[in-house]
Parts: sequence; C-alpha cells; structure tokens
Amino acid sequence: MSTTTQNPQGTAPGASGPELSTAADARRRRANLNAAGPVEKSTKTIVLVIACALVIVPFIGIVATSIAPADQVTNSGGFVLFPREIDLTAYRSILSGGVVSRALLVSIGITAVGTFLSLLITAMLAWALSRRGTVANRPMLLLVLFSLLFSPGLIPTYLAVRQFGLIDTYWSLIIPTVVSGFNVIVVRSFFVSLPDEILDAAKVDGASEWQIFRRIGIPLSRAALAVIGLFYGVNYWNAFFNALLYINDAAKWPLQMVLRTYVVNGAQMGTSELGTAVEAAPPQETIQMAILVISIVPILIVYPFLQRHFSKGVLTGAVKG
Amino acid sequence: MAVTDMQSPPTTASPPPARRPRPSLLRRILRDRTVLLLALPGMVLLIGFQYFPLLGNVIAFQDFQPYLGTDESLWNGLDNFRILVTGDPAFLNALRNTLVLTLIQSVMIFPVPIVLALMVNSLMSEKLRQGVMSVLYLPHFLSWVIVVAVFQQMLGGSGMVNNLLRSNGLPTFDVIGNADLFKVLLTSQVIWKDTGWAAILFIAVLAGIDKSLYEAAAVDGASRFQQTLNVTLPGLRPIVILLFILQLGNSLSVGFEQIILQQQAVGIDASEVLDTYVFNEGIAGGQWGTAAAVGLVKSVIGLILVLAANKIAHAMGEEGVYRA
Repeated sequence: MSTTTQNPQGTAPGASGPELSTAADARRRRANLNAAGPVEKSTKTIVLVIACALVIVPFIGIVATSIAPADQVTNSGGFVLFPREIDLTAYRSILSGGVVSRALLVSIGITAVGTFLSLLITAMLAWALSRRGTVANRPMLLLVLFSLLFSPGLIPTYLAVRQFGLIDTYWSLIIPTVVSGFNVIVVRSFFVSLPDEILDAAKVDGASEWQIFRRIGIPLSRAALAVIGLFYGVNYWNAFFNALLYINDAAKWPLQMVLRTYVVNGAQMGTSELGTAVEAAPPQETIQMAILVISIVPILIVYPFLQRHFSKGVLTGAVKG
Repeated sequence: MAVTDMQSPPTTASPPPARRPRPSLLRRILRDRTVLLLALPGMVLLIGFQYFPLLGNVIAFQDFQPYLGTDESLWNGLDNFRILVTGDPAFLNALRNTLVLTLIQSVMIFPVPIVLALMVNSLMSEKLRQGVMSVLYLPHFLSWVIVVAVFQQMLGGSGMVNNLLRSNGLPTFDVIGNADLFKVLLTSQVIWKDTGWAAILFIAVLAGIDKSLYEAAAVDGASRFQQTLNVTLPGLRPIVILLFILQLGNSLSVGFEQIILQQQAVGIDASEVLDTYVFNEGIAGGQWGTAAAVGLVKSVIGLILVLAANKIAHAMGEEGVYRA
C-alpha cells in the first residue's frame, strides 16, 4: 500500500498521478463497503472534538489572562477567558530587564549554540558511520547502537559532569546532550540511502572525503537535517532537568527554571525580580501567564515546520533504527 | 583528494579492494583519517557521557564522600545495597509507588493512542484527519514544566475550572495538591501530553494495511467491528509488541521531571518513585552511595527486562527490537 510513502503530510508534490488515484479509489471503495453508522459517527466526532478542545482551551485561557487588564483579572479571581481590552503591562514588566529577561537570553543562547553544535557533530558522526568499509566502522556503529539500550544513571552522570568541571557553567546545559545516538542513527540512514553513483562520481572527479561530505552529503540531506535540528532545538529550549541538576547559581537559570520557580511553585515576583519599566506591578497571575506564554511561543513558531516533516523522520527512526 | 592519493600508488584504475591483501591497520587509519576525524567529536562525547559515567557506578560499593572523590572514598562492599533488603520504609514507599505507576501506565495509558489512531484513521476527510492530529501532537513538544504549569492553571485551587465553578456557585475541588488523586493527575498529564504523538506510529501502520483485506472481509460478510477485530488489530500487532518491549525497558522510569516538579504539593509519601528517590537521596541528600546503588539496580533491571522481552518476542515469532 502506497499511502504511507506517498503523501502522509502532503510533502510529496511530485507523487505520480495514477498511484494517487488508486489510493483514493481504494479509500472510496472501502468507504462504501463500511459506511459508519450514525451512532458511531457522532460518538467519534464528540470524542475528537473534546480531545482537541482539551488541548486548545487552556492555551486560550492562558493567553487571554496574560493580556487582560489588571482590574479584570483581580475581579474575576485570577482567570480571564475573554479579556476586555489588550493590556501588555505584564509583558513589558518582565521583558524590561530582571529575572525573566535574563533567563530568556540564557535559553536563547543555549538553544542557538546547542542546536548548531548538535547538528554539526551529529551530521559528522552519522556521515562517518555511513561510510562502510572504513576503519573501525562496525565497532563505532555498535557503540552508538548499544548506547540506545541503557542510560548510565542519574548519579554517575552527575559525577561525570562534575568531574569534567561543568557544574554551574552554561556548557553543562549543552555538552551532555549534544549528541543523541537516536538522531545519529536517523541521519545515518539518510546518508546511507544517498545514491552511490553520485558519491562515486565525486570521488572520480577528485573530491576529498571532506568535500563529498560538505558539497554532496549535507546539501542532499538538508530536509532531514532541518528536522533533526528542530528536534534538538526543542530539546534545548525545554531542558529543565539538566539545569536543575547542574546549575546552582540562580543568575544562570534558563527560562524553564524560572518558570518552575515563579509559576509552578508560585514564588512571588517582587520589584527586584521584575524589570524596571513598571509603575504599578501587574497582578501575579498575569505575570505568571505572561511567562508561560513566552516559554511556549518559540515552540508554536517552529511547530508548523516540525510538523510537516516529523512523521517521516519518526518512521525512519523507528523502522531503520 | 588526500584519500585517493593515499591508496592509489600500486593500482590506479579502481581495483576491487577485496582482492588485494588487506592493508595494515596504520595504513587504513591514515587512509580513512578524514572519516575518523569526522567521527571523533561525536564518539568522544558519546563515550564521555554514556560510557565513561558507567564507571561512576563504583560508588555504589563505596562510602562515597564528594570531597574525597572516587579514588579516596572507602569501600564498603554491599553495605549500600542492604537498603534494598532491609525494608527501609522510604525505599519501599518509592518502590511501591513506582510499581503502581508502571501498572497504571501499562493498563491506562498504553491503549489510548491505539484507540485514538483507530478513530482518526476512520475519519473520511484527509484534511480533517490532519487538522485533528496537528492539534493533538502539539503538547508533546512542550516541556514538562509547561505541562505542569498548564495543569495547575486549569485545575488548581484558583485555576480556570474552579474559577468557573465558583462563579456559578458550585462546589470547587482542588486536584493539584491532593495526594489521593496524585496518580490520576500524573496519568492524565501523560495522556494529555503524549497520546497524539504516540498515535503517529499507529496511524502510519494503519495506513499501510492492505485495503483488499477489508474488502475480502466485507465480502465474506464481516461487520465493521469484525473487520477491526480480524484485520486491523492483527495488522497493528507487530508494532504494538515492539513498543511494548521498548516501554518495558523503561518501566521503572515513570516520569522523573513530571513528578519532581509536583512533589512539593503532595508530599513524599504519595509521590516518591525510584528516580526521585535517587535524586532526593543522592544529589539533594548527600547519601551518594545508597542512591547510586538503587540507581544501579534499577538500570540493571531495566536492561534485563529489555533483553528478556526481546527474547520472548522472538519466541513468539515477532521481529522484536533487534536480532542478536
């Protein structure tokens, strides 16, 4: 059946016509054979609508509260679904210096540097592993594969990070997670599937291994690398656990730690934690929601790009990894 | 360029390499040096943060003192493991919570994505299908901190739901911070966050099931339910078994970040699991040796479960995770 490879997310515009129409035919035929009864249909609709609402409604509430005017938030007991007007005081106060602004910069920096390094090192290792017949190819591949089966454990990992002198450095948020064996395997399978003819042709033309990697391997796998890069990026942005473990100095906290302290644990944000551009501090609820929104927005921005590709990426990983 | 230069002197015109006597190791290393250099940073990091830490497990057999380090700390044999058998109440509590959560997760959480996949798959319109899934995937990409915060804002004492109830004069209920409901809360959070994501694989597999099987079944007079039972579910079987095995390996890891974020609200009794026990006992509490011992046992059990499950899968004639 060709539907999986043909057109899972509408990313294969070059798909051949006849193939598609048989797939559509098959679906139509199947539809005729087993048309759903009305009970089944309405149950399904209701369940799926509720499921989607459970995801969407909280976000609407959070965004609405973060932009609602202070008195409306106070009067309605801390939660607003329909803001009377748009008031950005909360955002202004957390973004004009202070704890949240600094954490935001840390998170952006970690995500940018980390994603770049992860992509580079992952692609390099994956390329090396895709070159069968080279020295130590097999043992290296086994080391990567075996690392997927176990995790070294919390305490030993912490001790290693400490031994490397990374505690309380920004690098502790990047280096331990810079290469994911799983992603290496996914990228490698892309490299392996590149047609040999192109690589041989480049070799005949006198290209060095490095040139083949830079000029052929990377450009031809751009889509795959983009997806993996987005995955890495989301991970760095979301990293909370490593910060909890390795960063004792609150001045170096990334956004997720700030989110935990001031939203999950509900610590009060006083004037010293807020920025300077506030005359009257907005209610805590509004500030909390604004922090939450700021930490979600980057994910929402990359989401459409992620979404276009990931089912393919995940499948490759699951099937070939 | 350098690569071709290295190997070319004896024969210039692309000879089959297998024919020639195998070049010496040093020669091969020189020949493949670019590839090796490309692999170097990744391998160093992998060894440094996956394999090297394994050595750190020796502190499970030590009375480890951080300021002395592994070399100088005194060995104490199996003392740290004694906690596993002496019935230490804190440890037993963590173990009990872990096992209960494992059970809940296998029974309550595992089937949900499959049901979702079946529902979404039977939607007729491709557009609708994609729309629904786009919404349901989303929470997977949010961090646990965000998910926990969202749940608090929705269900907490001053959250949206209670707000709504209060303004309508109805009794309120606080799910967050209620120790009795903690496991229910954890379960619903996992379902909210990852059901859509987990369903991707099932949907892809469903799309790959040969449609003529359904037609054949329908011709033979199978009802829709019978078709699901006899065509769809057998089609899903290999992937279900695969995922179940993978999950088995993680069965003693029941959501570390998620739990540690919410421990404060409900107390240790209801929330401590093995992972949080290792963290609280070791890194926060300074009982390094004990924590490492518990962690080590947990990792070993996890590995054994994966290997055993894989064997069982083979015995049942399934692919399993890997072939050894």
